[in-house]
Amino acid sequence: MSLVNYLVLSAILFSVGATTVLLRRNAIIVFMGVELMLNASNLALVTFSRMHGNLTGQVLAFFVMVVAAAEVVVGLAVIIAIFRTRKSASVDDVNLLKS
Amino acid sequence: MHTLTAIAAALPTGVPAATIGPAGDTDLVGAGVFLVAPLLIGVPLLSAAILLVLGRRTDRWGHWLGVLASAASFVAAAVAFFALLGRPSDQRVIDVNLGDWIDAGGFVLHAGIRVDPLSMTFVLLVTFVGSLIHVYSVAYMEHDTDRRRFFAYLNLFVAAMLTLVLANSYLLLFFGWEGVGLASYLLIGFWNHNTPYAVAAKKAFVANRVGDVGLVIALGLMFAHFGGVDFRTVLSAKPDQGVATAIGLMLLLAACGKSAQFPLQSWLGDAMAGPTPVSALIHAATMVTAGVYLIVRSAPIFDAAPDAQLVVVIVGAITLLFGAIVGCAKDDIKKALAASTMSQIGYMVLAAGLGPIGYAFAIFHLVTHGFFKAGMFLGAGSVMHGMDDQVDMRHFGGLGRYMKITYFTFMAGWLAILGIPPFSGFFSKDKIIEAAFVPQDGQDWRAWVFGGVALIGAGITAFYMSRLFFMTFEGQKRWSTRRDGTDQHPHEAPALMTWPMIVLAVGSVLCGLVLSLGGRFVDWLEPVTGHVEEHDAVLPTWALPVLTLAAVIVGLVLAWRRYAVSTVPVVPPVGTLLTRAARVDLYQDSVNNGLLVEPGKHLTRSLVYADRAGVDGTVVGVSRLPVGLGELTRKIQTGFVRSYAASMLVGLVVLVAVVLAVQS
Repeated sequence: MSLVNYLVLSAILFSVGATTVLLRRNAIIVFMGVELMLNASNLALVTFSRMHGNLTGQVLAFFVMVVAAAEVVVGLAVIIAIFRTRKSASVDDVNLLKS
Repeated sequence: MHTLTAIAAALPTGVPAATIGPAGDTDLVGAGVFLVAPLLIGVPLLSAAILLVLGRRTDRWGHWLGVLASAASFVAAAVAFFALLGRPSDQRVIDVNLGDWIDAGGFVLHAGIRVDPLSMTFVLLVTFVGSLIHVYSVAYMEHDTDRRRFFAYLNLFVAAMLTLVLANSYLLLFFGWEGVGLASYLLIGFWNHNTPYAVAAKKAFVANRVGDVGLVIALGLMFAHFGGVDFRTVLSAKPDQGVATAIGLMLLLAACGKSAQFPLQSWLGDAMAGPTPVSALIHAATMVTAGVYLIVRSAPIFDAAPDAQLVVVIVGAITLLFGAIVGCAKDDIKKALAASTMSQIGYMVLAAGLGPIGYAFAIFHLVTHGFFKAGMFLGAGSVMHGMDDQVDMRHFGGLGRYMKITYFTFMAGWLAILGIPPFSGFFSKDKIIEAAFVPQDGQDWRAWVFGGVALIGAGITAFYMSRLFFMTFEGQKRWSTRRDGTDQHPHEAPALMTWPMIVLAVGSVLCGLVLSLGGRFVDWLEPVTGHVEEHDAVLPTWALPVLTLAAVIVGLVLAWRRYAVSTVPVVPPVGTLLTRAARVDLYQDSVNNGLLVEPGKHLTRSLVYADRAGVDGTVVGVSRLPVGLGELTRKIQTGFVRSYAASMLVGLVVLVAVVLAVQS
């Protein structure tokens, strides 16, 4: 099986994740989209690692996982804080930056 | 502080321009008694300062302090006068140096006082009449809560007026000139809670500023051409005719402003808003004559500029007719007197413009006028005092029986201004008319024109002054009710008011005769005005007094028939075109309004518009640019997280596309 298929899968997953982030309103779902994009990129990194025959890509994938874990912690905390004050998890209700 | 030194200038008799020597050839005669001269100014100034600084605490005795200061000034003036009289007539010009005033590189100006016959004449007039009017004001202003402030201003005026006449340089004169302007402004607007009065004060101030511009320009010209502004430098310089004409015309402008001469005369009538003693002192006897003083003082300049002299004579002639015509139509007793003042100063200016033959007579008429006009103004004040501040002569009539002293003192002033012999006006005004009939530069037409105007003016003067006198003191009673609705009860004024009037009346009767006996007043002024040979008039010597007297009697009889014998209507008749014009000062205010005020307003409006559209527009336009840009760009900031995410994504895709495109 060609390695290119992994890259195609990665691209599809990234697109699904990006579309989720752009289109969905629920903050939790948006968050899941972000995770999907991160994992799509991880898949691409691992594939490239295999293609080039070195471990750089895999190491980078671990870094991404660590950062993603930290990001989840912070992100979920933010979402819960917003939910407590606004009684809503919709990202459209968080628009204080609107001019 | 420099020690006081006095420099007496040895001054030979003759034409002043040629005789005031350079600063070098002065002999240092001890100043002696002339050191009182600074006190003349200092005492009233100190009194004014005390009254103004201590304020209400001096309310109980402040007015007497004012009287005392003025009287002290008069005593000092008398001392200096007799000391001056004791000197030979060629040593009667004395400069008392008070120290350096301005010391700027090549320009050094000493503050100093000039004691000479001309300045002493003014000083005596100002302090004597001033003291009498101070006394009068004590009673006249008795019920005014601000009497103390009134006296402070009067003292300030006396100090400023004495500075004006005693200065030995044009700059110090200018200082006094502005000082009297300030005092006049403060006193015209003394009752400034009354808006028209405050406006009248402002009008006087502005009209005077127009004249002051002339004086400032004259100062600049003197400095530029003679390198100094003190009398010694300026009056001994021999300017060429162009420079002398320019300076002369600028000095004339200044004189017109201060002395209410055409075309700057419109403020004097409104200045009657001030309390009557102010009208008597400032707007009849002293301040308004400062213009005449300025012209006579600057005699050498005018002598070098025949064109400027001709303009002076023309201005004087126009004003004397103008004032006389206006005086015939005014029903307000004070405004009629103001028009008369204007007209009489026109005579003085005319005389001053005639050159050396007229200078002494201008000052002579100024002195006699100071007496009789101040006396009549005080009389008008006494009438107002007895008639509940009524000023409309159509509501007077028959008052002579109720206020005997006012009646007789006013009569003395009236006969004096008419020029009935032997009252003082006869001696002074006739001399001016005679001088006006002397041909200048061999031009007979000038003698006929100006002499004729002066003669006709005398007739009109007789008419309007008699009208004023008859309407007030003779004929039937046309009294209205008092302001509280009760009937009028005219009564004589208290002694403090009547005595100054009596003294001035005696002066009106006698001072012309006494001063002209043996030509002693003319001789007295000779060190300043120069010696003049007799000139022949275009008419024989006997004819002029006869003609003048005839004109006066015609005017008097006309007034008698119209205002004493027949009934004077209480409501003013419509009158002829001239009467209607004269009632509104021959449309002077409308002319000023149309010629100066309205164009000024338009100019201001256009300037304001240009400022808003041009200058403000540019600045505001520049500031609007970033604001508009912000308006446009802020629409991008929707506040939706996904739109930010989308822009990030799009940006990233574009970035990648560019990188790929560049690499391949």
